[in-house]
Parts: sequence; structure tokens; C-alpha cells
Amino acid sequence: MRRRALPSVFVLSGLVLLAADGIKPPSAPAGAERLEVGPPPFSDGIFPCSACHASQPTNRTRRQLEAMHTEIVLQHDETHRWCLDCHDADNRDVLHLASGERVPFEESYRVCGQCHGEKYRDWRAGVHGRRTGSWNGAKSYLLCANCHNPHEPHFKAIAPKPAPKPPARSMK
Amino acid sequence: MSTDPFPILQPSRRLFAQAAAGAAAGMVLTACGPKRLYEVPRHNLKARIAEMEARYKEERHQNIKVSDAGPMPGVKFAYALDISRCIGCRRCVYACVGENNQSRDPQIHWIRVFSMEKEKGVDFTHADPYYNPQTVPEEGHFYVPVGCQQCDDPPCTKVCPTGATWKEKDGIVVVDYDWCIGCRYCMAACPYGARHFNWSEPTIPDAEVNTNTHYLGNRPRPKGVVEKCTFCIQRSRDGRYPACVEVCPVGARKFGNILDASSEIRYIIEHKRVLVLKEELNTVPSFFYFYAT
Repeated sequence: MRRRALPSVFVLSGLVLLAADGIKPPSAPAGAERLEVGPPPFSDGIFPCSACHASQPTNRTRRQLEAMHTEIVLQHDETHRWCLDCHDADNRDVLHLASGERVPFEESYRVCGQCHGEKYRDWRAGVHGRRTGSWNGAKSYLLCANCHNPHEPHFKAIAPKPAPKPPARSMK
Repeated sequence: MSTDPFPILQPSRRLFAQAAAGAAAGMVLTACGPKRLYEVPRHNLKARIAEMEARYKEERHQNIKVSDAGPMPGVKFAYALDISRCIGCRRCVYACVGENNQSRDPQIHWIRVFSMEKEKGVDFTHADPYYNPQTVPEEGHFYVPVGCQQCDDPPCTKVCPTGATWKEKDGIVVVDYDWCIGCRYCMAACPYGARHFNWSEPTIPDAEVNTNTHYLGNRPRPKGVVEKCTFCIQRSRDGRYPACVEVCPVGARKFGNILDASSEIRYIIEHKRVLVLKEELNTVPSFFYFYAT
């Protein structure tokens, strides 16, 4: 049922990408495999989503949101996707995969990994994204969403730190 | 003989004996005198380091902890930097300055970030370290941060006349600040501009001194010695990532043990396009640049 609600383009493109890369679709990580990640970067007071959504009727029609969440600008394959492709309509406090499997926000990387298989693989290997901690021991990862706004994932330009001073000639 | 204008060229038996005795005495004295740090037996190293800490306490009125951690067996450090991710924000430069007690004035930066044009590729003749736009990355540019490449065949250590710089077993090229005479031959020999000289007494505000130091790394330096990146020896030999790795906002900097097949460094070398700077010089850097995308 859930699958039917998804735009088929999304599912297909995800599968093609995964198949082309020779990667297995991300499966539920075993206990030992679970990664130490920080908390998801929720806006203040936004979570749990069910605090508001529980008392509201579910509207599965794809549309421009007007009453709430107007600050969210979707620039992430927005021609093919909208809220409920990642957010779960029946349990607002979790996300879901293309398979319909529900995924907590703490494991949102599995949602991202459905399309970005190569990045997901690199991230798990510690090559994509920042790691802190020990090179020979416990490491902390960041969630994809800690650096990329999931609704607008392109990395924002930032101000550089001051340039080094060029060598000065003293005219003594 | 009495008419010889240069008697020294034809030394008398007495002159020769005096010179030989003097040379022998000199050799004996040197052998008994102070040792280079890498020659000091470990049981004496503790005493040397206690002296250092006491000296810092007296001179700077600060409790500076000097570590003597040695290389770990089975570990050789390597570094990889993702050129396709670096945005040239210079966070690494200033994290390094703070962590490693580099002089603020005169300014010493162990990391230098070069802005390059995408059209020209990695080309140091068209690189600009002084770029200063409102925001980075700039359109059409990419960035190559350069520090010590921790070469496996380091040209800098070979030219040192006093043996004050050498490569440790875990691959880190270090400087003994007590034996450096400031001749700067190593700076001339380094093809990467990775060594820096304290032209005057380094200045660091007291509150900004990192008191967690290593005797071959970030302990406060005097005027007149050369210093360089040590892969944050005070952190890496403690199992931690270097400061630049942890500060990089785009996660472009990767560090680990190249002998460990499961390390991220090995993953990069085995799966990504990797290059080293000035490969033709055969310095065999332990610092790799790669393209993750």
C-alpha cells in the first residue's frame, strides 16, 4: 500500500542506481553494525511531530503546504518528491524507506542511502563526512542531516578564515 | 726551516701531538655531553622531560604537560585529503595554530591553503594562498591545503648538519628544538614549503597556550628553530585524530594507520583516485590527495 503511494520514478531510479553500482540496498543494520551517530538536528520544539499531527486528519495528496512548514523549501529532486516520500504518514515521528519499513530519525542515513548508495558506502567506511574521536578506537559519526539540510542538501558557502599575512619587507 | 713563511703547514712533532690530543679530548667530551633526544635512553628521557616542564613552569608560569609517548608498534600514520570536498575555509589552518602553539606574531601557519583554477588543475605556478573572498568555495576554483607530507624519503632530514630532525618509526618527521641550530638547510631542502622558522621570539597569548604537548611536537619553541607539522603527535600517539581532521566542516581530511587494512586510509587508497604532490621527486609522501567523487 505504501509502495503504491510512492511515485514510481523514485523507486525505479533508486533501484537502477543501486544496481548500477553493484551495492546491496541498505538493509537493517545488525546490532554490532549500528553506527554511533549524534542526535538528529531538529528545529527547536518541532519534535515529536505527533504532538501536532495526532489531532489532524491525514492528507496524502501531494500539494504545496500553506498552513504550516512554509519555511521549508524543498530543493531535493523536488519535481519527483514531496514530504511523504520520506516522512511516514501513519507514524509522524519516524521516516520510512521505499519498502515501507519505518526508520527512526536517528537512522535517517538509511533513507538517504536508498538513492545515494555510493555516498552511503563511503560514509560507512568513514570516508564521506567528518569523523571525530580515535583513529584506532571509538569514533563519532554525524548524520547526513547534520551537514546537509535534507530539504535543501546542497552545501552552503561559508566565510573563510583570514588569509595569511604576505611576507613584509622592513625598510629599515 | 727558519725561513719557511708558513710553519703551520709543516707542523713540528710537538704541534701535531698537541692537535691530536685536543681532538681526542673533544671527542671524549662530546660523547659524554648532552645527547640528541633520539639518542637519549628512555629511562633518561623522563628526567629530560621533567627538566623541560620545570623550565616552562619557571619561564612561562604555566603547567605545560610534555608527553614522551613513543611510536606504537605496527602503526604507520598516513593522511588523505579530499580535493573534491575542500572548500578552502581555512578552519584547519587556525585549528592547527591553536593546537600546536604556533607563533601568532610573527605569524606561523603550518598549513597553507592554495586556491587553484579548475581549468588549470593542480598547478602550483597559478596557485594563490592569499585568496580572500566573502564566501568560499569560489566559482571555478578548488583548494589544495599543503602541510608536511611526512615523506618516507625525506630530503629535509638528510641535510641537517646536527641531526636535529629525523623520521620516527611511525612515519612522523620530527624536530629536536634543543639541537636545531637554525641553519634552515631543511627549509631549503623541503620541496613543499612545509618547514617554518621562528625569526623572532614566538608570541602566544597565555590563555591560548595548549598545555597538552609532546616533546617532539607542540611544546613551546624558542626563537631561532625550525618547526613543522607532526600529524599532531601529541594527539595521534594518544589514539586521537589530528586537530585539522576534527575541525574540517566538510570532512575532507582523513587520517589513520596505513598498516591497518580496515582503516579509512586503506579504503581510500584502494577505492579512490589518489595522487601525491611532486611524485617525480621520489620523496614518497605519506600524505595523499584524493577525489571521492
